[in-house]
Formats: sequence, C-alpha cells, structure tokens
Amino acid sequence: MSKIHVETTINGEPMEFLANPGESLLDALRNTLNLTGTKEGCGSGDCGACTVIIDGRMTCSCLVLAVEAGGHEITTIEGIAQGDTLHPIQQKFLENAALQCGFCTPGFIVATKALLDKNPNPTETEIRFWLAGNLCRCTGYDKIVRAVQDAAAEMRGG
Amino acid sequence: MTFIGNKSDLRVVGTRPVRPDGVDKVTGRAVYGADATMPGQIIGKVLRSPHPHARIISIDTSKAEKLPGVKGVITSADIPNIPSEEAFVGEGPMNFRDLSLNCMARDKVLYEGHVVAAVAAINDAVADAALKLIDVKYEVLPHVIDVEEAMAPGAPILHDTLFTAGVTPKPTTPSNVAKQVRFTIGDVEAGFKQADVIVEQTYTTAPVHQAYIEPHACVAAIAADGQVLITASSQGHFMIRAYTAKLLGIDIANIRVTNAEIGGGFGGKTVVYLEPLAVALSKKSGRPVKMTMTREDVFRGTGPTSGGTIWVKVGATKDGKITAAQTVIKLQAGAFPGSPINPALMCAFAMYDLANVDTLGYDVVSNRPKVAAYRAPGAPISSFAAESAIDDLARKLGMDPIELRLKNAAKQGSKTVYGVTHGVIGYEEVLNAAKAHPHWTAPLGKNQGRGLATGFWFNIGGESTGGVFINEDGTASVVTGSPDIGGSRASMAMMAAEVLGIPYEKVRAVIPDTASIGFTHVTGGSRVTYATGMAVTQAAQAVVEDLKKRAAMIWDISPEAVEWKDGEAVPAGANAGGFDPLPLAAIALKAAKTGGPIGSEISVNAQGAGPGFGAHICDVEVDPETGHTTILRYTAVQDVGRAIHPAYVEGQIQGGAVQGIGWALNEEYIYNKKGHMDNAGFLDYRIPVASDLPMIEAVLVEVPNTRHPFGVRGVGEVPIVPPMAAVRNAIRGALDLELFHLPMSPPRVRAAVDAAKAPKAAE
Amino acid sequence: MPTVVISGSSCRDFTHGESEFEVAATTFRQLVRELEQRFPGLGEHVEEYMAVAIDGVIYQDAYHAPLKPNSEIVLIPKIGAG
Repeated sequence: MSKIHVETTINGEPMEFLANPGESLLDALRNTLNLTGTKEGCGSGDCGACTVIIDGRMTCSCLVLAVEAGGHEITTIEGIAQGDTLHPIQQKFLENAALQCGFCTPGFIVATKALLDKNPNPTETEIRFWLAGNLCRCTGYDKIVRAVQDAAAEMRGG
Repeated sequence: MTFIGNKSDLRVVGTRPVRPDGVDKVTGRAVYGADATMPGQIIGKVLRSPHPHARIISIDTSKAEKLPGVKGVITSADIPNIPSEEAFVGEGPMNFRDLSLNCMARDKVLYEGHVVAAVAAINDAVADAALKLIDVKYEVLPHVIDVEEAMAPGAPILHDTLFTAGVTPKPTTPSNVAKQVRFTIGDVEAGFKQADVIVEQTYTTAPVHQAYIEPHACVAAIAADGQVLITASSQGHFMIRAYTAKLLGIDIANIRVTNAEIGGGFGGKTVVYLEPLAVALSKKSGRPVKMTMTREDVFRGTGPTSGGTIWVKVGATKDGKITAAQTVIKLQAGAFPGSPINPALMCAFAMYDLANVDTLGYDVVSNRPKVAAYRAPGAPISSFAAESAIDDLARKLGMDPIELRLKNAAKQGSKTVYGVTHGVIGYEEVLNAAKAHPHWTAPLGKNQGRGLATGFWFNIGGESTGGVFINEDGTASVVTGSPDIGGSRASMAMMAAEVLGIPYEKVRAVIPDTASIGFTHVTGGSRVTYATGMAVTQAAQAVVEDLKKRAAMIWDISPEAVEWKDGEAVPAGANAGGFDPLPLAAIALKAAKTGGPIGSEISVNAQGAGPGFGAHICDVEVDPETGHTTILRYTAVQDVGRAIHPAYVEGQIQGGAVQGIGWALNEEYIYNKKGHMDNAGFLDYRIPVASDLPMIEAVLVEVPNTRHPFGVRGVGEVPIVPPMAAVRNAIRGALDLELFHLPMSPPRVRAAVDAAKAPKAAE
Repeated sequence: MPTVVISGSSCRDFTHGESEFEVAATTFRQLVRELEQRFPGLGEHVEEYMAVAIDGVIYQDAYHAPLKPNSEIVLIPKIGAG
C-alpha cells in the first residue's frame, strides 16, 4: 500500500511527511520526524506518555492516525520551551523534583500545558482528575501536583 | 573512613538543587531505550507461546525466512545450549541456563508469553507478517497457575530435573517445590505457651508487576570481528554486558553497552530479556537490530514479583510482650525457581526484638512468567501478613498499635530470626516520630479508619566505581557506572561538590559506557547513594589530597602545611607562611606544571549498608455499598540515615508508598482457566492514578549510618514494605472488616461487608 | 574464639543441625577453610551463596572483614536487589 502525503503544523512550523495509512501519529512523530520526546508506554491510550496537543486539545498520539494530523496544529514536548528558555511548567517540574525516571514527564508537561491554557487556577482535585490519564510509577504524583500548582501560580502572576 | 556527615558543617548535602539531567528530561531531549538508533538498523520481534505449558514438537521458520524483507529468523537452535550454572549475581541467585531458557524456550514452553522464536525484518509490518508465518507445533500439557495447586500431589510438573532442595532425605521424584528454607531462633512452642493472647491467620497476596512506564527496549549490533555494541535501558549496563556474554558465549571485552536513560525499573530491569536475542538476530542478519516490547509483552513476558500464601501466628502476654511469632510462606516463583523466599522469611519480624521466631518457606514454580526482583523483594509479601497480625493482636489486647510495637521494638543489640544482631538502627525513632505526628491523633469521620504498619529492609552495598576529574577551569566532572533511575546524578554531584568545597553547579555527573568506567553493579537494592556515593566521596577525597600537594608545590612548602577549606588551599597555620588562599580553579590552571591532569577513580565493594525502617499511617474511607476504598491521608515516616537530596529521598518514599497502595487495592495478575493472563494492559491492570490519591507526606528521620561518610542508608525499598498492611489495617478500622487477601478490590471489600453483616442477621 | 551462628536451614543441612559453634579462624578465608574441613561442602556453600554478618555488620563479600577473638559470625543468605 502506498504512503500518504501529510501536511501539518508541528510546534508552530509547517511539516510534510509520508505516512502509511495505518500508522499512528505517535509512530510518525517518533520514527519519521525524529521527535522522540513523545513516548510510548502502552500504545492503547491508557498511560498518557504520548500526550500531544492537537488544535488546543490534549490527545494521546497513539490513538490518532498520522494521516488525521493533516491540516491541524500539533504541539509536542519539543515545542513547549521557547528556544533555550524553559516554560514555567518545565521549570517547576525541575524545582519540585517532580520527575524521577522522567519517562512519563513529557506527557505530564504537555497535559499540564493543556490544562493551564484552559484553566489557569485549577484546584488540587481538578489537577488530579485532569492528569488521571497520565501514569507515573515513580513519584506517587505528590510532587507532580505541587509542580503544577506552582506553575499555575507563576503563570497567573506573570 | 572519616565521617563527614555532621549536619551543621554541610553546605551542599541536604539541599535540593535541580538535577543535572533535568532539562533534558523536561524538554524531550533525553534518549531512552526506544529512542536510541544505530545506522542501518532493522526491527526485531518475538513470537510468544499461546499455551501456558506445552512441549515444542517442531518450529518451521522456512516460510517466514522466504518473506521479502525478512533478514533473519532465530529459534533456540541459534542460542547456545548452556549447562545449568548457579551463581549469585547480585539481585539474587541466578541459574544462567534458566535465564537462557527464559529468553528463548528450548524444548518446552512454561508460560503463556514464553518466547519461542524471533525475527529481524526491514520494518514492523514485515516483522509482524513473518511472525505469523512461523509454524510451531505444540503438544499441549496440563498447566498449573496457583501456588497451592502447584504444591499438591499430582500437579503438572514443570521441570523433570527439579527436586526439592532443603529436605532430607533428598527427594527422588521431581516437584514444583524448588526449595524449602527455614530460619529459627528460640523455641516457638515454649513461647506460645507463655502467651495470654494468640492471633493466627492465613493471608494471600497476588503477583504484581513492577509496571515501569517504559517498556524494555534495546538496539544491538555485532560486527564481522565479533565486537558487539548494545544500547539498552536497564538498571545496569554491566549486567546487560555480563548476561549477554554468558548466554551467547562472547568475551566480555567484545561487548560494549551504553546505558540509555531508563524509564523506571523497580527491580524489573535487573535481568535481560531482549538483548541476547537482538545480538543473535544481528549476527543472523548482519544488521543492527532494534527491539522494543509492547505493554502486553511487558506484562506477559517480564517481571512480576511473587504472589503467595502466608500463614502467621503471633502470641503475646496480657501486657503486650510478644512471646512467639511463626510464619509459613509459599511463594510463586513463576516458571523457574527463584522467588524471594529468603528475604520474605527474614524480614517478616525483623522490626521486633523477639526471643522465639520460626519461619518456614517454599519456593514454588508454576506456569507463570519467571518473577523478577521488585523493590525489597519478598518483604512486602510477608510483612503484609505479619503487620496485619500485629494489628489484630493490638486490637485483641486493647493496646495502641504504636505502643505494642514500641514495647517489642528492635533496637541496637536485638537479635533477628536470621541470627544477625542489629547495629545502630532507627526503628524506635521512626515509631516515635509517627506517634508524635498530628496525623496519628487527627479525628476521623463515619466509615473512615486509620491503619499503621511498619517495615524493614536490609539495603545492600556492593561493587561500584566512581571518578572525580578536575577540569582545566576548576569545574569538576563526576563519572559513575550507576544508571540514574531517580536523580542519582544529582546526589553524586552533591557529594563531590561537598568534599571539593565548590558549588554544586560547577560539578557535572555523567554515566559512561561499560568500556569507559570500572565495573559497577546494578542500580537496585537501594545501593547507589550508599555504595556508588562512597566511591565518589573517596575519589573526591583523593582529589583533595592531590590538590593540597599541588598547592604545596606552588607555594614551595610541605604538603602537611596545607589545608583544604571551602574549595581553597590555605596555609595550615602561621608557621606555614603568609600565602593568599589558592582556589581550586587556580590550582587547576597550573595542573600541567604540578604533575598533569588532576583526577581519581575509585572502585569499592561497599559492605555494611545500614538497614532501614519505615512506619506508614493511612486513613481510608470505605463505601460499604460499593466496597470502594478511598485513601484520605497518608504519612510515611522513614529512617533515611542522611538525606543527600531530600526531595529525591521524599520522592522514593512517596513513590514506594503509592506502589504499595496499588498492590493493596487494585493490582493483580488475573488468569483464566486456560492459563492465559486476562488483564495484560494498563486498562485492566490498574496502577494508581493521580485522582486516586491524596498528597503523600514523607517524614525523614535521620539516624546516620556510621559506615557511610555522609551517613547514608538506602531508601528506595523500605517504603513499599508497610503500605499493604497499613491500608488493610485502616479498612479494618473503618468498618471492622476481616480482610486477609490482596488486592482489597471493591468486590472483595463488598464481600467482607456482607460477611460482617451475616452473623448479626442470624442472631 | 569467634562464634559462628547459623539460623537458616540451608547451612544447618551441612552441620546436621548444629547452630552455634566456636572457630579458631582469624580471617574470613581461614573461616571458610575451617568450615569446609569440619562440615564438608559448607565452606564452598558459604563462599558461593552466603553473606556473613560480623558483629551485626552484613558483608556480602567478606575477604577484607576483620574477625576479632570474640566476634559473632552469622551465616545468612546473600541479599538481592530490587
């Protein structure tokens, strides 16, 4: 089966690539576009390690076909920082030691970005339910939730 | 060894700086196992057995080999048939033949998911198609999953060559019981005779998976001259090198392993599954081969830890002095021997100062994946039962559970069941901190309960290499052989910065490949900050001695007349001369003139890792209608010796506690009648998510380990030991329910609610 | 003389149940040789599979460990890693 030409915008830049009809957006990001910051933990939408933002919506990229990305705006972990300036969410994850192995971290940061873009002042419960689709096995979530709270406060102040 | 852990003198140790690898990990730049590539790589995939127990009659790979794009197919015929060889390789006793057979089945498959063949192809789709073309003929055999059934007479026997060790006379018929072990002190029968109150109960726990979020992955290549390159994510790249060499018969010097960043392990990445296959496929295909597990592969083919049956009996006098404790534990090892039965027995009552203890255990094989290490292997299983029993004993005695534990607490000089006399330990300090914590006396509402449980883990030391090198500008590079699984680069850099007296930001820590640093045992056993930290500290101390000599040379005075203070050489006193301090950078600048590059690499085999103790307090609310348990509040107190980076120490405790909460409430391998695992995915194997939990408060008690220069005790394993009993005791407190089986899932709790009501209805 | 203490069944099988006895050894290597002499197989078993606790401190590898005249030497299984 021949590949399909896809035109899309990734992290603000126009992007073209070829994808097999059955290929996931996750595989296209990782294998074709070499954007390996987005991780695969399950391939079934249960762990959130592959979280990206598509047109403002938080999405598991393993559940989206690469060809469906055509014409949409996609943000991955590689597009969260501005050049060499970290996003406040990234900064607060570091300061709070909100990562141990770091494998789930890109998914959590992208998911947090989607949350704070929508709701700049979430309660602890809102944070916990928003992030319930992102699995972390190392931290017990305590420091992640605190990092999100800190980032939200900083972004509101700034 | 000088103890430099006096808290008031420390500038860097005890602070919370950003980890050296942090930015890479929050921006997606960090390279994990599945992110690594080699030029010209192709894809390797495995074929797994659909049967839990079967004889392999034949494997026909000819159709798969002919498929365009397939570059190689391997079966056990392509893997050396190595003899049985027992060795203790660090994470436990290991039989290399079993390890080989676990990577690739030879005559029999022993569990659903056991690998029988592997292919290398130009892409995923071709590899998948090739797997479907491999024709395996099986003679299906009866299987056994449950531990008690596997021990029963007439059970299907997994290994004709397995005879129960540890019984006399030596058995003449094969058995699924690989080993019987016993540890005893005193006389339990006499002890029980002195008891006024006795509790006795059988508990069960389910096998649970380490459930790291990163599936196993590697890329490997073997060249025409036999040299092998592997990049893999694991808890030890030296382990990958050693096991791959052993299983394939390759000289260790011909294998170089680079550690990718590791996305969690918890003990589960201390063995090989893919790497020997990737090398064998590379040999067959002449190309680098990349292999990545799916989540389903991870559940069916790797880990988990044992489930087991634990019978416990504890007796005490009316005033709460425990007179005897006894346990019989049967642990599932999976398809090959090797459950953590020894530590399960040794840890069950290690928190207590007891005269009469008897522990008997069985290591039992059945048709499940071979167990791998999981955080404090064995201890959570036996402690769940023991700490539930101690709680029930406190209820029967009408005593506060902390008071009962304090009354019987192990302290310096207490003898354990395995014979060792405890040294300086912090169990009483931990109990007192729990007692003093506001959580212990906070009010509770309706359907709410509070539970407490404690736990013990030995911690280990072992072989580590650490180097400290002073760069030309006075900054420092720290190298170690320990993969960084939870922030250890930071603690290594901090210890070096502390000794050198320079800011943390001037020290960078990296983990080079196996050819570029001395041997270092796996990141596990709570050993890295202790043992590798010891190597790094000693290397930094050697560098300081050298720096003092260099300064003496520059000043042209005797080295004894130089002291090292806050990152500078200073004259030792007025007699030494009136020199201005020489900062490290100034000495580094003159390194060529004073003898060349400045640096030291130290290898140690660290002994005497201090044991750790923890006490967890858990509040729950139980919904009697649905049986659902909500964790309302959780406090985990632990003796950490000395916290180098307190935030990452807290993280270990919080993460361990939450894994234990998952073990307590949700997690289990569910098998159907065919011996197939029914829940091999994160949807049905449910680990805790953010919305299940409150904040987890970690309370650090510091009783320094005098065997470590900064007082470090391992911290990573203790926190998974108490949670199951803490949650169970809390549920018991909430609704007075009799719960003895894990997980305490809603149906189980609901059934206990109904059972509790039943006798009342009959009255 | 140092005292050897055995609580686990894996070593007691070699000693036919004897669980505490004195040894003349002043180094770990002497200890292993003495154990092997008195209870054939035990020395090798200790060398390969056992750790020792000397006066409460656990040594997985004990060649360097000092034995004092009144030391208590406990044979225990080696501890693994998680």
